[in-house]
Amino acid sequence: MVSLLDIIGPVMVGPSSSHTAGACRLGLLARGLVGGTPDQAKIELHGSFARTGEGHGTDKAIVAGLMGFRPDDDRIRTALEIAEREGLSYKFEKTTIDEEAHPNTVRITLERGDRSATMVGSSLGAGRVLVSEIDGFPVEVSGNYHTIVLVAEDVKGSVARIATLLSDDGLNIATLRLTRKRRGGDAFMVIELDECPGEEVRDHIRALPWVRWSFRLDKVSA
Amino acid sequence: MYRSLGDAVRDATARGISLSRLALETEASDQGRPVGEIRDVLHRALVVMQGAVAQGLTGNLKSASGLVGGDAAKLVHGPHGPLSGTPFRDILARALAVQEVNAAMGVIVAAPTAGGAGVLPAVLTGLAAARGLSDDAVVDALATAGLIGAVVAERASLSGAEGGCQAETGAAAGMAAGAGTEMLGGSPTQVGHAVALAQQGTLGLVCDPLGGLVELPCVFRNATGAAIALAAIEMALAGITFAIPADEVIDTMGDIGREMDVRYRETAGGGLAATPTGRRLARERLVQIKRG
Repeated sequence: MVSLLDIIGPVMVGPSSSHTAGACRLGLLARGLVGGTPDQAKIELHGSFARTGEGHGTDKAIVAGLMGFRPDDDRIRTALEIAEREGLSYKFEKTTIDEEAHPNTVRITLERGDRSATMVGSSLGAGRVLVSEIDGFPVEVSGNYHTIVLVAEDVKGSVARIATLLSDDGLNIATLRLTRKRRGGDAFMVIELDECPGEEVRDHIRALPWVRWSFRLDKVSA
Repeated sequence: MYRSLGDAVRDATARGISLSRLALETEASDQGRPVGEIRDVLHRALVVMQGAVAQGLTGNLKSASGLVGGDAAKLVHGPHGPLSGTPFRDILARALAVQEVNAAMGVIVAAPTAGGAGVLPAVLTGLAAARGLSDDAVVDALATAGLIGAVVAERASLSGAEGGCQAETGAAAGMAAGAGTEMLGGSPTQVGHAVALAQQGTLGLVCDPLGGLVELPCVFRNATGAAIALAAIEMALAGITFAIPADEVIDTMGDIGREMDVRYRETAGGGLAATPTGRRLARERLVQIKRG
């Protein structure tokens, strides 16, 4: 469903809702996977991102997102200089992810302390984005909700346990998707929530013995 | 939100309310938020729009490539033309201003997109200034524009890569025409005709920016988009009707977009981008951007 506020918005640094605002949102989502500003970032640009990204500030916008700047933050213009000062070491490459990939797609590989993550996401136009892959697991994360992602051992009752835990914390689930690469292998859960979960929710989830790791991705739309 | 402008016009007319009221109530119900919160978000957008207009009119901006900038100020300070002293000339200047800010990586509101972001603020803030209307009136008009844009998003597209420039500055012209018509006292039915009149004038418009950059012709196409919106407002308020309903004009825009060759959909493969001068400028400027 299209929202009136999607049409009159986002407020953003120009020049392109797909190549600048959407790129920044993808950086913000990737940042969530390592829980803060990464030390190292490899950013592989595909298609139109690779072809016209420099003129649209796509590079600046992604790095800005990795540092937690939102699409309307005018520090985007000087994000590359700020990153060098803040000790974020980044590297851009041009790549072909695959022939079927959306024209504005990026693969971002991050390291922060002992945590690393790889994310593939696309900018769909008008600032809307979709994360399609996290650490090799196929997912669909729009950033329109506060989102919890977690990897768990494939144990019976895991979904029910998580759902109970969230509802005990007063959170309402908007969507929940479970994917796994094979039966009995690790399961990847993406939970979109109406409310913003506090730090204690993540602690509760991480305390479950069969959860390998979990992260919170903040809502990136208006 | 509504998927048909015809349905929205019918419901607003039956209830004796404006399209903006209908849009705000529908959005509040969709999102489970009070109308006041929706208006607050739109008001913040209006403040950014006003800021971009003011910044762009100073004329001290250059885009990343240096291809555009400084032209809005020429309409303010430059030699007179037949439209000097009219809201029309002021609105053209405002449209260029916002797009020049956008090209210089300034802060704008994508409405519906960044590439078409000049049309709506130019028409609405320009008409409000000319008629002495309040910010509240412009916020209401933004709600109407959002409803029209949502219908275009559902029925056609708001992306130059999918539908050409008719889906960006064309859609923006339709939104501005409808919203401006309501703001100046037009009925919901007149709003519908204004949208159809504006959108018909942009059918087939290709997206052909030099080097794929949101600069040339995008900056100028926002000014001509605003001109088309003003023409549609003038005709609709005079009682002129357009025989093809707005929904069908929008559907046609979507069909044309889908049939449009990929060269004309934001790939810099055709149109002005593929002219000898367009190719040469893009080559020179992209080298300059890479050098920083």
